[in-house]
Amino acid sequence: MHASKKRALWIVNGTLAVIVILWTIPTIGLLISSIRQRDDIRSSGWWTVLPHQAWQDTGERLPIPEGQTRDQPITIEGKTATYAEWQQGVDMGDGRRIQWVGNLRLGELYVLNQNWTANTDFTLDNYGEVLAGREFEVRNADGSSTTVQGANLVGAFINSLTVTIPATIIPILIAAFAAYGFAWMRFPGRRILFIGVVAMLVVPLQIALVPILRDYVALGLNGTYLGIWLAHAGFGLPLAIYLFYNYMSNLPRDILESAFIDGASHFTVFIRLILPLSIPALAAFAIFQFLWVWNDYLVALIFLGLNNNIQVMTTQIAGLVGQRGQDWYLLTAGAFISMIVPLIVFFALQRYFVKGLMGGSVKG
Amino acid sequence: MESIRIRTDDEFRWPDFLLAVVLVVATFIVLYLGFIFLRDNQSAPVVTAIFAIVWGVGGVLTLYFVANNFVEKLPHGWSTRLQPFIFVGPAIALLAWYLAVPTVRSLVLSMQSNRGNGFVGLQNYLDIFNSRIMQEAFTNNLLWMVVGTTLVVSFGLLIAILADRSSFENPAKALIFLPMAISMVGAGIIWKFIYDFNPNVGLLSSVVTGAGGQAQDWLRQVQPWNNIFLIIVMVWLQTGYAMVLFSAAIKGIPDELLEAARVDGASELVIFFRIIVPSISGTIVVVITTVIIFTLKLFDIVMVMTGGQFGTEVIGVRFYREMFTNNNPGYASAIAIVLLIAVIPVMIYNLREFNKGRAF
Repeated sequence: MHASKKRALWIVNGTLAVIVILWTIPTIGLLISSIRQRDDIRSSGWWTVLPHQAWQDTGERLPIPEGQTRDQPITIEGKTATYAEWQQGVDMGDGRRIQWVGNLRLGELYVLNQNWTANTDFTLDNYGEVLAGREFEVRNADGSSTTVQGANLVGAFINSLTVTIPATIIPILIAAFAAYGFAWMRFPGRRILFIGVVAMLVVPLQIALVPILRDYVALGLNGTYLGIWLAHAGFGLPLAIYLFYNYMSNLPRDILESAFIDGASHFTVFIRLILPLSIPALAAFAIFQFLWVWNDYLVALIFLGLNNNIQVMTTQIAGLVGQRGQDWYLLTAGAFISMIVPLIVFFALQRYFVKGLMGGSVKG
Repeated sequence: MESIRIRTDDEFRWPDFLLAVVLVVATFIVLYLGFIFLRDNQSAPVVTAIFAIVWGVGGVLTLYFVANNFVEKLPHGWSTRLQPFIFVGPAIALLAWYLAVPTVRSLVLSMQSNRGNGFVGLQNYLDIFNSRIMQEAFTNNLLWMVVGTTLVVSFGLLIAILADRSSFENPAKALIFLPMAISMVGAGIIWKFIYDFNPNVGLLSSVVTGAGGQAQDWLRQVQPWNNIFLIIVMVWLQTGYAMVLFSAAIKGIPDELLEAARVDGASELVIFFRIIVPSISGTIVVVITTVIIFTLKLFDIVMVMTGGQFGTEVIGVRFYREMFTNNNPGYASAIAIVLLIAVIPVMIYNLREFNKGRAF
């Protein structure tokens, strides 16, 4: 009995470990690639930073056989292969590999053998390049140099913060006031309005984009911070009001009543009493909304898209994918920069985030 | 109650009232000037950012303060009648502007021609359902919905159950949950890198060539399987969410119930299907609905990774293309309405649940 339990635990732990490793590999690959040399990313996989066996130059050189032609097989030390095959390197069968480096007449024969190695030539240059918008001289493997244009992610980073912070706080304020009103005030239309809020929970935001974009163009709000804050506030409100209402309506009634008898107004009770008491609910939604806005692509693309001064991380990086799709040294570093803030928020406030998920419904 | 409330400071005083009106008007003017400054200024980005944040957050707070102050200076009857609307009014106004009214406006737009204002009835809808590319998008969304949801729910359940019994529950859950914090654009890049054609860049190609296979341009050539490669990205992102909900639900199952079944000699498989699944069926429904809605609105992953080309078109990308690239507002609105109709069952379910709850 005991032994079988132990074996079961071993299977559970083993399976889970495999899944967790599979789940983590994509992120690790990105992180490692982002600190590798630009040419290394193109010529060898990120997993070669781990110790592995590879052919390495022993320093030994053999003389090239004279008078050979491209189309005739060439025999070296008893092995026969074409010139093209020699250029790729031919295994000699004794643990050595001979590779023809250079052209037919002036080349050299390199002797390689297999050794343990790891490509650990790391750099932070990729980050420098992707953050600053200026041009960079980059040395290529063959010694020549090319000028490449970096991406201005510093600006996008600041813009992302400028969009995200108010787009998180503003809906929290508005929703908290509304939730208090629904929970503790009596007014005509209260029930039907709240049912409207619940109905809005799952409305897909695509429904709003065409009409709102028209309004924004008419009002001059397109490409402004205010426009995108209000849009995110509007789309986040149903969930926020719903969560806050559930929380506030469950606060003990006698606290409020004693405050009213002391002559406090609704406004004072809300600011001094309810808001501080509701911090767990506010924090849960805040994390949710922060991650949602920071990671949002569609809303930013539509309401900021045409204005180059106000680009956020997601639109800028998605633009990089379009224009520099094979420049992995830029893409990996850029993607990682865009992940830093949400990852910090996530790890610091994970407890609240999980609570928010449990209390939450689906967001439209 | 009433006798307590009628006190001298509730009396109406003209000077206070006028001051309150002036405050409201002044706040609006100052905030508007701030908006103009923000729009036209050329100062350093950091300065602009700080100004914008202070102006935006401070502005909203100030508006509530002055508006409430104004209402409290009104005669008592008006004050109590109007104050609730200071609290819920802004939220209702925003909801109406951003969600309720656009629903009607999109409906109207969807029945108008793409050029000008001619009424075309259901023509846009007919065009949608007859267009080849939209049919591709509908089929793909269905694939996302079925395959994606199945995978997310299965992995979520499996990991939640394994984690519950393992010796490293919390670290394992944190690592599975971590992709939730990553944007779909970021995830798109991470996985595009994995799917790269070149075996010296892409992990998948490297594994396949290492196993003696042939590297492929996974996202382009291997249709229709390239859709599955995209769906895997969503599964990677969303499984953490499913796992967290399932994990909490599983912990809610009484231990006595499981122990009793084990004493009776039930196998783990029987326990899973006869006890665990029925006990958490409510949570399973919630997760399935959430993932289905997610797949319906899907946009970022496909947009970043393939742009909807190579047979990977989905409704969300189609909507964007019709709205911006092709400038067909009628057509785009019709697509949005189709999305809305698809979520109406969930909306009705939510309302029913709300009505079932305690009296409002």
